[in-house]
Amino acid sequence: MKTVKIGLGTCGISAGGEKVYQAFQEELKQHPEAFVLTETGCVGMCYREVLVEVSNGDGSEHVYGDVTPERVGQIVKEDVLNGSTIDDWLVTDKSEKGFFENQKRIVLRNCGIIDPGDIEQYIARNGYQALKHVLTLMTPGEVIDEITKSGLRGRGGGGFPTGLKWKFTHDAPGEKKYVICNADEGDPGAFMDRSVLEGDPNTVLEGMIIAGYAIGADEGYIYCRAEYPKAIARLRQAIAQAKKRGFLGYNLFGTSFSFNVKIKEGAGAFVCGEETALIHSIEGKRGMPRFRPPFPAQSGLWGKPTNINNVETFANIPWIMLNGGDAYAAFGTENSKGTKVFAMAGKVKRSGLVEVPMGITINEIIFDICGGIVGDRKFKAVQMGGPSGGCIPADMCDIQIDYQQINKTGAIMGSGGLVVMDETTCMVDVAKFFLTFTQSESCGKCTFCRIGTKRMLEILERITDGQGSMEDLDNLEELSHQIGESSLCGLGQTAPNPVLTTLKHFRHEYEAHIIEKKCPAHVCSPLLTYTIDENCNGCTACARACPTDAITGEKKQLHVINQDACIKCGKCFTVCRFDAVIKD
Amino acid sequence: MNVNTKHDFKPFNVDLWKHDGQAGALIPLLQSAQDTYGYISEAAIDHISHITGVPAAEIYGVVTFYAQFRTKPLGKYVIKVCNGTACHVNNAKPIADAVTDELGITYDETTDDGDFSMLSVACVGCCSLAPVVVINDETYGRLTPAKTRKVLREYKREAKKTQQEKDA
Repeated sequence: MKTVKIGLGTCGISAGGEKVYQAFQEELKQHPEAFVLTETGCVGMCYREVLVEVSNGDGSEHVYGDVTPERVGQIVKEDVLNGSTIDDWLVTDKSEKGFFENQKRIVLRNCGIIDPGDIEQYIARNGYQALKHVLTLMTPGEVIDEITKSGLRGRGGGGFPTGLKWKFTHDAPGEKKYVICNADEGDPGAFMDRSVLEGDPNTVLEGMIIAGYAIGADEGYIYCRAEYPKAIARLRQAIAQAKKRGFLGYNLFGTSFSFNVKIKEGAGAFVCGEETALIHSIEGKRGMPRFRPPFPAQSGLWGKPTNINNVETFANIPWIMLNGGDAYAAFGTENSKGTKVFAMAGKVKRSGLVEVPMGITINEIIFDICGGIVGDRKFKAVQMGGPSGGCIPADMCDIQIDYQQINKTGAIMGSGGLVVMDETTCMVDVAKFFLTFTQSESCGKCTFCRIGTKRMLEILERITDGQGSMEDLDNLEELSHQIGESSLCGLGQTAPNPVLTTLKHFRHEYEAHIIEKKCPAHVCSPLLTYTIDENCNGCTACARACPTDAITGEKKQLHVINQDACIKCGKCFTVCRFDAVIKD
Repeated sequence: MNVNTKHDFKPFNVDLWKHDGQAGALIPLLQSAQDTYGYISEAAIDHISHITGVPAAEIYGVVTFYAQFRTKPLGKYVIKVCNGTACHVNNAKPIADAVTDELGITYDETTDDGDFSMLSVACVGCCSLAPVVVINDETYGRLTPAKTRKVLREYKREAKKTQQEKDA
């Protein structure tokens, strides 16, 4: 029997996956014996969603990309019923050259392959084998040693050695301890954790249970963003199934070890990614960070020793326990081991999710795996680490993915958001974008973070409005250092990074805004010149919208903007329904 | 502790509090209240304060801290404009401007007729379709200002139609 598998991660659904699924359901009504319909998570090829895989039942399979409901009928008729593939729509090794062969998939080993709603499919791919091995054959100390040997570091952004973190919590005195999975993925350009939770929730659970055994905890919390309804639904399903199968609950595998997991939905606050803020949020308070020490390993949730790791960190654990710490440490560089998942977005041809061995260069990821820049425009920079990270210019992108090498550029490894920018991206605007984000997400506890980011944002707004002075740049630098040094938590300490790195690597763009009053990337509206081209059909919408009556022209005739009267508000650009207003 | 009996708050799950037994249930309680009513009213805050013993001011502090909670009801159509990094570098701002221009509302506002609300979200997870707008559960990708207007006008027509049917 043939199987038809639809990619229904959030990316697949956004691209219309559910409608494709319904279309196949309709077809199934007409040909009930022809195929089995199933779903899977994100395989990483978000740029080709909706993806549909047809397996022939003899082990061979092929995948269609960019499937729309309209194409479903033809796929069923020609392929499923008659066995002839529609080659133009196929996703093949050739059409996606380099995408998979340069990746090493450990965290994503099951994503896009199994049906995440069916625990049996996870078990069939060695799922919960690691847990069984750990509980029946290893001591907590041995587990921690193995993780230490793997060289795994926290994948949420901090990069703290996981084995050491576990050891601290293990060694902390106290009967009651907690494991927390940080699934509050707040970086506004990152979706790795969501895809893992949606595509393979059981691997995260298994990692958490192993962590619980290693540190001596019997209770776990998953703190997940409420904005990820699909991930939460998947987790609930996985927890229920794992309980039924005896992987969660009391006396697991006949041992004295018990472990239960609860889900806490976050309520939308970026600062809750910081561990002490996250703990406060679980406790029902405002998610504000506190001074450390004591670290959560000594005094965390409800004052008990608590170990917090990120989704991706936990997803690595079962693989490491099955294959050994040495096998994991075989990938990567001297101080950065294993693999890292990146969410590729921005001006890159193949946006989506990739998992690469540490030590690969940024250029290899962008050009060999992700096919280069959209429209083959000129590559300008990548932004790594989101609002806490920084921009790395194109000429430095031959550096390796390695904690130290990335830190040297002023950026950070971060949680894995990798936003690619080309010549049409304004770096001052990017800095302003991230600062707007951190400024609104600052919890308000520390004066420097609360007011300092506001002052920095005002300066950046002045510069992008064409009102900046060279003195502003010195003020920006000074404020950056003061905010970094005087803030309590990571949010404030790193908030100036996007400004500092763009100032360092793209100072000429700031200067162009200030001295020449030009935005080289044509982004900052007040510094642009607006004109109307021949697409104009004389609908008069722009003339009516213009607050200064700078646009003239007869009905059904080409309109013209009087540059002396134009205040560059951009209103004409927004109201034009024929894309006839050009900015330069 | 007097339990407020003035309001009928049975629909939302106050048992969350009893089950958990710990202060941590405050946020789930608020989420449940918002799921039921669409927003968190002053009356709901009072009620939760009565059940939990947490002062209303403290609950208000929690409500206003988190982006998820609203103290005003939303419109019939909720327009979420994605302002994630990928959408931003792919020109999300002109899209937001087009929504504002077409409907006369900006972020966190609702039209007077209660039909449309506009929200800013960071990353709805389809960065390859950037710039993206989500209206209720429908995602619209690869937008231009012109395309955005077209979509919004369809919704306006629909809203008008339902209103007329209601009136008739």
